[in-house]
Amino acid sequence: MAEPQDLPNAGPDAAAAQARQFISFRVGDDEFAIDIMAVREIKGWTETTVLPNQQDYMLGVLNLRGTIVPIFDLRCRFGLGLTTATRSHVVIIVAIGGRLLGLLVDAVSDILTVNAADIRPVPDVDQPIDNAFLAGIIPVGDSMVVLLSLENLFANHGPANAAIAA
Amino acid sequence: MVSYTLKGAGFEVLEAEDGVKALGVLANTRVDLIITDINMPNMDGVTLVKRVRAGGNHASTPILILTTESGDERKASGKAAGATGWIVKPFAPEKLLSVVNKVCPA
Amino acid sequence: MSTPSFGSDELAQFRRTFFEECTELLADLEERLGALAAFSSDVEGLNAIFRAVHSVKAGAGAFGYTVLVGFAHRFEALLDRLRDGKAELDERTLAALVAAADVFSALVDLARQGETPADDFGADVAEELCALLDGEAAPASAARSAASAPPAQPAGDRTYRIVFRPNAELFRHANEPLYLIRELKGLGTLTVDCDLSRLPPFDAFAVDDAYLGWTMTLRADCPPAAIAEVFEFVDDECELIVEEVGAVPAKPEEAVPAAVPEVTATAIAGSSSETKPAESKPSDSKGAGKSASISSIRVDLYRVDRLVNMVGELVIAQAMLAQQFTESHDQDDPGALQGFEHLAGLTRELQECVMAIRMQPVKSVFSRMPRLVRDVGHKTGKDVRLEMAGEQTEVDKTVIEELADPLTHMIRNAVDHGIEDAATRLAAGKPAEGVIRLSAQHAGSNILIHVEDDGAGLDRDRLLAKAIDKGIVPASAKLSPEEIDELIFAPGFSTAAAVTDVSGRGVGMDVVRRNVQALGGRVQVMSTPGKGTRFTLVIPLTLAVLDGMVVAVGWEKYILPLTSIVESFRPGRGQIRVIPGGGEVVSIRGEFVRLIHLARVFGVEEAVADPCQGLVVLLELANGGKLGVVVDELIGQQQVVIKSLQDNYDPVPGISGATILGNGRVALIVDIEELTRLHDRSARIADTTRQPIAANA
Repeated sequence: MAEPQDLPNAGPDAAAAQARQFISFRVGDDEFAIDIMAVREIKGWTETTVLPNQQDYMLGVLNLRGTIVPIFDLRCRFGLGLTTATRSHVVIIVAIGGRLLGLLVDAVSDILTVNAADIRPVPDVDQPIDNAFLAGIIPVGDSMVVLLSLENLFANHGPANAAIAA
Repeated sequence: MVSYTLKGAGFEVLEAEDGVKALGVLANTRVDLIITDINMPNMDGVTLVKRVRAGGNHASTPILILTTESGDERKASGKAAGATGWIVKPFAPEKLLSVVNKVCPA
Repeated sequence: MSTPSFGSDELAQFRRTFFEECTELLADLEERLGALAAFSSDVEGLNAIFRAVHSVKAGAGAFGYTVLVGFAHRFEALLDRLRDGKAELDERTLAALVAAADVFSALVDLARQGETPADDFGADVAEELCALLDGEAAPASAARSAASAPPAQPAGDRTYRIVFRPNAELFRHANEPLYLIRELKGLGTLTVDCDLSRLPPFDAFAVDDAYLGWTMTLRADCPPAAIAEVFEFVDDECELIVEEVGAVPAKPEEAVPAAVPEVTATAIAGSSSETKPAESKPSDSKGAGKSASISSIRVDLYRVDRLVNMVGELVIAQAMLAQQFTESHDQDDPGALQGFEHLAGLTRELQECVMAIRMQPVKSVFSRMPRLVRDVGHKTGKDVRLEMAGEQTEVDKTVIEELADPLTHMIRNAVDHGIEDAATRLAAGKPAEGVIRLSAQHAGSNILIHVEDDGAGLDRDRLLAKAIDKGIVPASAKLSPEEIDELIFAPGFSTAAAVTDVSGRGVGMDVVRRNVQALGGRVQVMSTPGKGTRFTLVIPLTLAVLDGMVVAVGWEKYILPLTSIVESFRPGRGQIRVIPGGGEVVSIRGEFVRLIHLARVFGVEEAVADPCQGLVVLLELANGGKLGVVVDELIGQQQVVIKSLQDNYDPVPGISGATILGNGRVALIVDIEELTRLHDRSARIADTTRQPIAANA
């Protein structure tokens, strides 16, 4: 009955009414969270190799022990400007739909365990980040952590894109 | 995740951080089923299976290994070492329970 | 309690393997069939055909392809009679066999695509097989014609007979038959009969040995796969037979240790041939196979891929190590240097060996062509013969799979458009029968494949007219014969007067060229009016590794394919010209070659803008044209392991892949075919927006 403490697995059935775990992190002044099941690794920022003619939030690719992984600037993806990345910034490597990608964030905060029932829906308020990217709000203490939908954030990168890119 | 699912189904679950600690637990307590990951510090899952099967009070206890989808050889070496069966990560909780049912009294 | 589709990954893997085997078996079957002549007693050939059908049938049964199994059963039955000498191989029977092979192959294709055939698919052929089996002179009565396949299993409950006998091994792994039987019970209604016959007397009883067996009957609405799933942990620690029981119970089969539990569908009243004991099919080099005893083993392709990748990583790691060494030491340690050289040599050799594992003869692709030529010949009423040479030439397995489409298309074209009809040929003094020659050979690190016909050659006048008509070339263009020939590769170009269903539907030579280019190769054409046409495919032997030239552009490094590099030079001021429209060309040896700045295409700042201060690398493109690429400097030659960007990202225009350099950084491999297009596009953008690009034109 030995279990690893760190490396989490990829997502089980999301509709299960049991507790779920999330990793929360900071971008600018806000806290965000993503499903821990999607997280593969957390590492410090290192310089990427830039891919030509891509969106500005696409920072390029990294060599992750032999695998080539694209890195995205979350701040920029949210339309809040480019991050000036330094060694103290963090890249969260996630797996979505069978692909690996990296998210550049300011810092990782915590591991949250939340009951599915406690996740609030996103309020219909006007705010800079596109609602499609948001999957819910998690109350933590007296502040809020915004749960991100990774699939929606990167929905336009994937096999369907191959036809367009040519 | 594993303990969570099993506890939810009414099993009593003991946890250990790595293979070495697991052997310690096993030496002192009687369990009906062992579930282990492959990649662990201090002693990997396959070695753990071998040690358990080598003798002692759990040589005939069912052992399940947690393996990633790309772990074909792991499954094979796990089996060769004496594992009873395997569960593929990532898994749905019902899947885990159904596999457990195959090797363990309900 | 329902069983979730657990084994679906493994089932998918088994299915994949099964269809791969089918491809091989069917290819073999075709060959043998072609060699069969009427009234000959080629027992070995018949045996081989029988085995092929039988093997496909066994696997098809396991996956529940009932129509396929039913047809196979009849096919097999006839073959069995023939090889036992109980029936004669006359013209009629031979024709029936050929027709049956066609239907059989089509059924396999349908199954592979997940489609269910219509109930009367191949009914006439099946009838003929029945007729021959029953020794009747004419096709059968109404009763038979209704049944060209075993009766569809009643939707709903199926009955299985399961024999389960665990080995001692099973218990050693702490598996418990009780739980497994309990799982079976959960699938439906189960009756269990325990076989105590092997229990020894008490004093001979070994505590940890296995003596019990169980024969069970399960009535359940589930496919055989669900049963296989219950036993998936123990399938190599026991004897397991799972049979579906129909109206006529199958004869009890020998208990064979099965790597994959087998299911045989039974025949309806009528042909009651014996079901021979099923041969066990090793699906994963488990070694039990009675099939082909050449010294080869069947290996999961996934394992080979992993090996290839791993060796690729090794090459990179070794390069990184060597680089770090040279950076941290002066070159005054001859022992270590020698060690590194040795290591590099060994790694290269290992890589070659591993690459060779995936090499396969092109025969598997070529073998489909004779049938194709026959079919198209019939459809177009032409008499064409196919000659093949060099089928044993080997190429990487992934390349082989991609070759099928282009080759098929070219051969179709050759028969349909290239070869003239008999009358025209005779009038031209050629034999009425046209010849197409398909050949393969190695040339350096490439494979050359020729498709040659002795037909009328390309009709250049018509080609040119058509091209002008479609606006591909201006009306006043003066093109050399070779340039006119190249027109067939233009997108959307088809000179078929009527789009025949044989080679029409918009699949043109442009698609062929694109497909071949995607493999890193090129297509060339040579034509002589009245004599014939020859297409040549030049394809690199392996996709995974590239000889590259590392170049620097600003702060970035890029890789250019070494085989496309003609030379590199620093031009003098006088060699550079600006042409009307803003482009640049460089004059080299009497030619003017278009110049492209990589910095502009890839948006790299701080690169050398003046070609006379940097370097021009002269490239030869797939269509023979030349391109000059402006870079800052050459870093060096290197063999690089190609990694795809598309594993985790999207395709990037202008980039064909990436690699990891000795310093651990990612370098991008340039897709030189795309450069001109991208350059023009970015030039247009540069005109309209402010861009920090040093423009020289």
